[in-house]
This record gives sequence, structure tokens and C-alpha cells, in this order.
Amino acid sequence: MSNMRFPPWAIWAMLAGLAGFAAMIAASVRHNRGVRRSLFAYPYGLWMVVFTIIPLLLIGYYAFTNKAGQFTLDNFKTFWDSNYEMNKQLIELGMDPQTLGSARGTVNVDTLVYSLWMAFLCTAICLFVGYPAALFMADREFKLGSTLVILFIIPMWMNFLLRTIAWMSLLEDNGLINTILSAIGLPRMQLMYNSQAVLLGMVYNYLPFMVFPIYNALAKQDGKLSEAAMDLGASPMLTFWRVTMPLSLPGVISGITMVFMPSVTTFFIPRVLGGGNTEMFGDLIERTFLSADNWNVGSALSLIMMILILMSLTLLRKVDPEGEGGSTI
Amino acid sequence: MTRIFKRGYLALILLFLYVPIIVLIIQSFNAGVSRARWAGFSLKWYVDLFKSPAIMNALYITVTIALLSAVIATIIGTAAAIGIHAMQKRPQAFMMTLTNIPMTMPDIVTGISLMLLFIFTQVKRGYITMLAAHITFNIPYVILSVMPKLKQMNKFSYEAALDLGATPGYALRKVILPFVMPGVITGALLSFTLSLDDFTISYFTTSPLVQNLSTLIYSEARKGIKPTMNALSALMFVALLILLLAVNRRVSKTQEV
Repeated sequence: MSNMRFPPWAIWAMLAGLAGFAAMIAASVRHNRGVRRSLFAYPYGLWMVVFTIIPLLLIGYYAFTNKAGQFTLDNFKTFWDSNYEMNKQLIELGMDPQTLGSARGTVNVDTLVYSLWMAFLCTAICLFVGYPAALFMADREFKLGSTLVILFIIPMWMNFLLRTIAWMSLLEDNGLINTILSAIGLPRMQLMYNSQAVLLGMVYNYLPFMVFPIYNALAKQDGKLSEAAMDLGASPMLTFWRVTMPLSLPGVISGITMVFMPSVTTFFIPRVLGGGNTEMFGDLIERTFLSADNWNVGSALSLIMMILILMSLTLLRKVDPEGEGGSTI
Repeated sequence: MTRIFKRGYLALILLFLYVPIIVLIIQSFNAGVSRARWAGFSLKWYVDLFKSPAIMNALYITVTIALLSAVIATIIGTAAAIGIHAMQKRPQAFMMTLTNIPMTMPDIVTGISLMLLFIFTQVKRGYITMLAAHITFNIPYVILSVMPKLKQMNKFSYEAALDLGATPGYALRKVILPFVMPGVITGALLSFTLSLDDFTISYFTTSPLVQNLSTLIYSEARKGIKPTMNALSALMFVALLILLLAVNRRVSKTQEV
């Protein structure tokens, strides 16, 4: 591979480190002269400090400093008002931003609200479509439940970018759906480049993450419970609402978590299926970092994103304190 | 009646999941370049595929990174799980929190934070940085697959082995490792597939010179994906399908015995 650019010593250093670690384990496994087992976790701890803790601290550092490295809250003010920096410069030049007419730029906040709304819609659709699917799969009369789980996993092996692009050839103006529509005499429709197309792409990608945990929660339920409810005279409807459904809630919660979190930061899908005004927060962060080359504001946006996700996680944990049903895939 | 409705509903959802993939596979046999028009059956994209150095290079990088990161993450992660399991309650809780941090971080933040690290430390982004990033997001999954197995284990069986004269190392090898092996294998397979499919984190931790399939597809997406890419993903899809069937058969065979 001629165009891989990395110093050869880097590989050797890494391999040497790994070999050293492996030798340490092997030695302690073979002879074990009083090596405590908790030592085994140290390489991992070191790895996490270098590749998770320090990078996170870097984001925090850039979020609270300006380009000169001084402490500032301007990056968060820019999140609230994207024209903040410009207006600040205008004031420094002795001009009045009020008269020159750059009002509060709401693009960042709007993108966040739009992302949250899209993620909410995506989660809701996945729940309403996925719950019945999981319920029917877990049905004890239905023997193919575990086969269907595999059938749900298989599409996820196709590269997610390609799967999203494949939707293009279905939704395009000359795509499959429009060809079928015009063949049966219906008018062609504009299916791409709008929020609905982005939503479709999101639901398509995240639906399995809703179905699995719910299916797991339902499949491990003791069937005798619902039988007992029926024996005691409850209708199937009442049995579902009072027995089956409440017991599946941990699965629902973990499904919501697994769909909502990645969908807020959806990246790429809006670019392929969406139009000009469907940018989501993940794309905004990427654009701020790479196209606008503004690490400080980009870090502030990432931090806001993380705080929002942590908040929603804590909220969901409150509903499901044991964190059950998360044992999927 | 309800039975037909239930099966029909599941069939519809499967149809929704599979239609884009079927379209993609059909397109890979289309002689024309246009996505919309069928210009006859042809294998020419499959021939082109093996002649394209960019795709072959990206395939090599994707597969080697997936293999290496899965192996390294499995070693570090399994050792970490055994270590964490042997810890006192408080450090154990701390390490598990540490493990959960990357799981709750959105991919894009993980990618960007690693990018900042590499730029900050002036490490040139490329193969090694991408490998390090993949190992980083894989380790927690290995730990979370091995940990439940360790907890299921009867803790006295390890002590019994010691009482019967085994050295701690021998007991680890003969008692703990065989018991947690299913978790280790799950973790390794999970790591491999996660690495194979990752786009966001790779995108931020590599340079345009070292591309895996995902980043290559991304850079081509703006110009329009070439049908050779469809051919490749159809091939990979079939390869993974065969792998899964083989693994499944092995599993059901061992269960029968």
C-alpha cells in the first residue's frame, strides 16, 4: 500500500507496546508471582486517558477559549447569535450594529431545534412502527422470531452510506417510485430534497435499534403472566395494556435511547436526501470545524450537544433506573 | 385473520428494509451508468472493481483495520474486564463509568475530539490514527460483552481451583478464560462489524490519502457513486451472509452435541 503515510516506527512502537502487554499477561498467567488481577485493567485505563479523556478535555479547552487561547464565553454567545462576532467587531470599530442591521443570527439555534424535532419524529415513528413488529415477532405462536431478528440485522451490514444512497435511486425524479407512478398513470412526485426524505432515511437506518430491545424485553417475558390475566377474565386488550406493555417498558426506554441519540447527531443523511434547508446539528458541527475552520465555536457546539444528550439520558434513566433491556446486539 | 395481518405487517417492514439493498444489487448488474435506466445485464462493474486501485486499496485498509482493531480491542478489553471484575467496589464503579463515557458520546464528538488530539499532538492523520480510533470505540463493546459472563461465573470456582493447588495463572487460563470465551467472541465479532461499517469516526481521524471504503464512498457521493461501488457492496454483502450462515451452522451443530 504505497500511499499510506505513516512513519514506520509508529507501527513498531505500537506493536512493541502491545507485545509487551501480551508478554506481561502471558507471564503473569503462566507464573503468576503475585500479580494482582486488577493490574490487567491498567493498559485499558491508560488507553482511555489518552484517547478519550484528553480529547474530551481538548474540546472543553477550545470551547472556552478564543483563537488566541484566552478564556472566553464568546463561543457560546455565537451559538445563541451567529452574528455575535461580527457585531462585536462592528462595535469595536465604533459602529452601531442596530442601524447597520445585522440582527441576531438564529441559524445555530434553529438547526438545533430542527435536529431535536427531527430526532423526536424519527423516534416516534420508529416506536409506532417498531413496537407492533416486535410484538408480533415475540408472539409465541410465531416460530420465526429469532430468524427475523437476523433478517433485521443483515441489512445493517451493507455500508450505511450506500444504503442511504440507494434510497436516492428510489426517490429521484426519474427513480423507481416515480417510474412506477407514471406507469400506472399517476402524476410524478417530488420525493427527494425535503425533510420527509431525510426522515425516511433516518427511520430506515435506526428502525432495527428500536425493534431489538423491545423484542428482547417481550421475548423474555413469562407467558404465564398474560395467561393468568386472561384466566382472571381480562380481555386480550386489557391484558396487553396492563401486563404485557408495562413489562416491556425497559425495552422501549432503551430503544428510545438507541434511536434518539444517534438521530440527533445524524450526519450525512441530510446531505444526500435533504435539500438546502435540512441541515442537522451533526452537519453543522462538521461544517463549523472543517469548512469554517472554527474549532472554538465547533467545540462549543459539540459540548452543547453532549450536554443535551447527557440530560436526556439522565431523564430516561429516571424512568428506567435499572437500565434493563439494554442488552442487545 | 389476525395471523395474516401480523405476518403481512412483518413482511411489509422487511420489504422496507430490503428494497434499497435489492435495488443496489440489481444496479450492480446494470450495463449502463444511469441509476434510473436498465441497459441490460452485464458483469462489467465487477471486472472494473478488481481493476480499480482506489477501491482495492480502500478495501484492504477497511479489512485490515477491522481485523487489527478487533484483535487488539479484544485483548485489551478482555484483560480490562477481568481486571475490573477483580477490583474493589469503588474503583470498579469508576472504571465502568469510564467505559460508559464513549458509549454515550455521539460518534461525531468522538471523531472530532480524536481529530483535535491528533492535530494537537502533531501526529499525522492516517492509517495508525484511524486504527487507534477504531480500537478506542471498540474496547467498551468488548468489556460490555465480557463483563456479564464474568458476573455469571460462580466466583468460588476460581477459589476452588486455587485451593486445589492451581496457580492463579493456571486458574485464570483453565477456569476464567474458558467460561468467558463466548463473551470474548461476541465482543470480537461486534468490534469487527462496527469497525467495518464505521464512517463518522474514520472520516475525522484519517487523511484523504488513506481512505477506507466509507470515506471513499463519501468523497464519491458528491460526484455520484460509480456502479463499481455497488458491485463491491453486493459482493461484501454476500460474503458476510455466507459467513453468518457458516457461523450459525457451527453454533447449531455444537448445540446438538
